Amino acid sequence: MFIATLVNSTQTQTGLSLLTSPFMINALIAGTLIAIASGAIGYFVLLRDLPFATHAVAHIGFPGATLAVLVGATPVVGLVAACAAGGIAIGAMGHRARNREVVTGTVLAFATGLGLLFNSLGSAQSGLLTNLLFGNILAITTAQVVAFTAIVLVVLVVLAATGRKLLFASVDPDVAAARGVNTRALSAMFLLAMSLIIAISVTVVGVLLIFALLVTPAATAIRLTARPTRVIAIASGIALVSVWGGLIIATYQPWPPSFVITTIACVAWIALPQLMKLRGPVAAPDIVTHIASS
Amino acid sequence: MLSTSPAVRLTDTSVRRGRRMIWSGATFDVPTGSFAAVIGPNGAGKSTLINLLLGGLKPASGTVEVLGSPAETGNPRIGLVPQNRSLDHAGSILCRDLVALGLVGTRWGIGLRGPDLAAAVDDVLTAVDAQDYAHLRFGDVSGGQQKRISIAQALITKPDMLLLDEPLAGLDLSGQVDIVELVHHINHDRGVTVLFVTHDLNPLLAHIDSLVYLIDGTPRFGNVDDVVDSGLLTRLYGTPVQVTRTADGCVFTRTE
Repeated sequence: MFIATLVNSTQTQTGLSLLTSPFMINALIAGTLIAIASGAIGYFVLLRDLPFATHAVAHIGFPGATLAVLVGATPVVGLVAACAAGGIAIGAMGHRARNREVVTGTVLAFATGLGLLFNSLGSAQSGLLTNLLFGNILAITTAQVVAFTAIVLVVLVVLAATGRKLLFASVDPDVAAARGVNTRALSAMFLLAMSLIIAISVTVVGVLLIFALLVTPAATAIRLTARPTRVIAIASGIALVSVWGGLIIATYQPWPPSFVITTIACVAWIALPQLMKLRGPVAAPDIVTHIASS
Repeated sequence: MLSTSPAVRLTDTSVRRGRRMIWSGATFDVPTGSFAAVIGPNGAGKSTLINLLLGGLKPASGTVEVLGSPAETGNPRIGLVPQNRSLDHAGSILCRDLVALGLVGTRWGIGLRGPDLAAAVDDVLTAVDAQDYAHLRFGDVSGGQQKRISIAQALITKPDMLLLDEPLAGLDLSGQVDIVELVHHINHDRGVTVLFVTHDLNPLLAHIDSLVYLIDGTPRFGNVDDVVDSGLLTRLYGTPVQVTRTADGCVFTRTE
């Protein structure tokens, strides 16, 4: 119903025909790609203690998108550029920076204010602000799907190629550095990959809900299993069910997809570890709860 | 094994962090096969020495040779047991996966299993007697067990030298003794040279043969019998220390 309203079609489209319409196909493809990538990125975000940074990068993307509109460019281009710049800046700041959270939070607030300014100066597209803050998976264009496919493929190939080194550098940075792993280069590479995936995920769930797609599924998965490849597979699976569920349910109910996507991810986060406990005496590691809540 | 060159050779070596001189004038050899404690007050540069030997830090002057060649990162012949790992980072993965990373974490690609790797992991887990909890998450085992897993990880490349950075920190007395016994066996049975950074020398006195002591801004090397006396330890710790010889070796205590 939400989608039917959005399409504003005079003929009464059924759910099934909506699911095969071009914007829906775009949404499903983009959503699938982003879900898979966010599972892999989300795992390393947790291992590297970067959840807050994901939030910050998404907010830094916001003025990028509104500035792009102001100067007559495509908002997604500005979004991707600003997120990438934000990721690189956080990398340059390094782990040694004191009050890292305060610095990140302050930049986040400033970026959001700046985004608001650019939007009010431009304000050509009335729906832009809502789309950026809360996402609009149904607005993804075919050109964006092509670009997103390229970005996701590159990120996945890089993660697969560097997987063990990145894992070593993430969980055991001192020993990895001693053994000759270039932890700085890996850190910069990861932050850039993370920022690109955040930028394209913002188109789905928006700046404000990014956590639900990028961090929550991985935080759920890491409570269910300790094996890295399984954590990534389960996290991607949860993100995939969330996105597809959001799209399908939004064709029948008057709810925006972003709401359904975040709800499914959060319900999984609460329910799945409980189901695991019911299933059998699986050790529920305190440390993982700690990671998930940090 | 290159038995002709010492495990460590410092020649008029000094290190800085930024503008601050950490220590200077270090000239000594640590013979191959030694079990040496590294002692010194807080901030004397014990971890800096470890970092220097690993090649992660370059000397401001002088040279650093390790196992016959200039110190450089990425040398699999050196095993590192780091100070307490952040469980935020390492806590969620399995002990045996952390050990496996010691071997394959420097290689491209993915995957921490496979028959050859599993055999190598089981080998070192047996050597440190950690098979029983290797399937648990690193964050879910005790501090002493975490140290054993760390030692297993360091052993997986079959190193000729082991650097342990304060492995006794946070352990109770029996846990300390267990770790020292384990390291003694690795030193004794495998001929691995050991440098063991510690605050408390007492748990080590029965097994070490030598010390690197950082005092008055210069690291020096000496045999246990020459170095462990009341006068030196009093200077080292800046508080009156009494060394008492006992049947098993010697102990020292703080005196008033």
